[in-house]
Amino acid sequence: MTSSLDGSDWLTLFVQFLLLSCLAVGGAITTTPEMHRLLVDSHQWLTNEQFVASIALAQAAPGPNILFVALMGWNVGLNAGGGLASGLVGWMTAFAGMVVTMAGMLIPSTCLTYVATRWGHRNRELRAVRAFKQGMAPLVVALLIATGWILVRGDAASTFNPRTVAVALISMLVVWRTRVHLLWLLGTGALLGAMGMV
Amino acid sequence: MPPPALTRPATARPRSLGELYWAFTLLALQGFGGVLAVVQRELVERRRWLTPDEFIEDWAVAQILPGPNVVNLTVMLGDRYFGWRGSAAAFAGVLSLPSIVVIAMAVALENVADTAAGQGALRGLGAVAAGLITATGLKLMPALRSNPVGYRPALAVTCLTFAAVGVLRLPLPWVLAVLGTSACAWAWFRLKPSDERRAAPQQPEAPTP
Repeated sequence: MTSSLDGSDWLTLFVQFLLLSCLAVGGAITTTPEMHRLLVDSHQWLTNEQFVASIALAQAAPGPNILFVALMGWNVGLNAGGGLASGLVGWMTAFAGMVVTMAGMLIPSTCLTYVATRWGHRNRELRAVRAFKQGMAPLVVALLIATGWILVRGDAASTFNPRTVAVALISMLVVWRTRVHLLWLLGTGALLGAMGMV
Repeated sequence: MPPPALTRPATARPRSLGELYWAFTLLALQGFGGVLAVVQRELVERRRWLTPDEFIEDWAVAQILPGPNVVNLTVMLGDRYFGWRGSAAAFAGVLSLPSIVVIAMAVALENVADTAAGQGALRGLGAVAAGLITATGLKLMPALRSNPVGYRPALAVTCLTFAAVGVLRLPLPWVLAVLGTSACAWAWFRLKPSDERRAAPQQPEAPTP
């Protein structure tokens, strides 16, 4: 897939991730429904497959899950720069995509955390702080479940694949109810997929 | 309710910015499918930079604030030991090498991803990842039992939010503005001012660097 991004598109990408950073209460993963709307549905900067693969690979790789944002940016840059096959330009554009999304995703939340940390630590027992935390809790739970749902469901146009849903449901039950190491699950999922069973 | 504050202070602290950087790098590189469990094992159990109690409290604050929780926690801890330079070192530790690793994996798998088997493997991984994330949400559900608005109303808010975001695909800012504000206001109303004192065990402030 190729796409073309001009200067204003890059700015839009950066500003949208700045906004997502401020909204990412409960972790960046809770903003993935909004990212999907932005990157796949509205602008077609990523295919649905690339979007899902970015999250899957970041889960499979070591490191914080926030790196899925780096991979999305990298893939947006790949699509815009013609891929790694086009040489230095392709690498640079992919790298630029990664830097833009990660900077956007991290600058507001990190600055806010830095400034608010001591205040928050001292005022944990304040009614307003607790009301915010407790009031947001049901939404955080819902956003996590909705993220899983959207990853399985894909965009509105994609067909409903019962075997994909079955794999997702089984892994959900296993993670929920057992202490099996996540790597076994991810490995099994990849293997089943490679054999064409998902 | 959190357990009562432990009297044992954290027995160690990082001696240098370099140690802080490498501690967070090693910790991040061990975290497959998320880093939280490794943070607890490395910083509390192995290095003893934090007591279990401090960890729980810091984690709560990292979660209240927007942004990736682990990065928030990293920034908070780095600041406590070495001020803004500590934040920068810990931030760089948790993100720099792991970013390179994940991009290297993406590049290495790029050609593989064009084959039918590669496509299938990524689809399989995606399905499992979807299950992992959903399970994380389900695991948090029991925590709603102690919610000040009550368990059933909290679940109702969860269902409404899921319908708005997952089914109707409404933009997140609107959902957070309408449902989030209502839920926070409701929680504020239900939390009595008299609860403030016993909400948290009294604990001395962490020493400022």
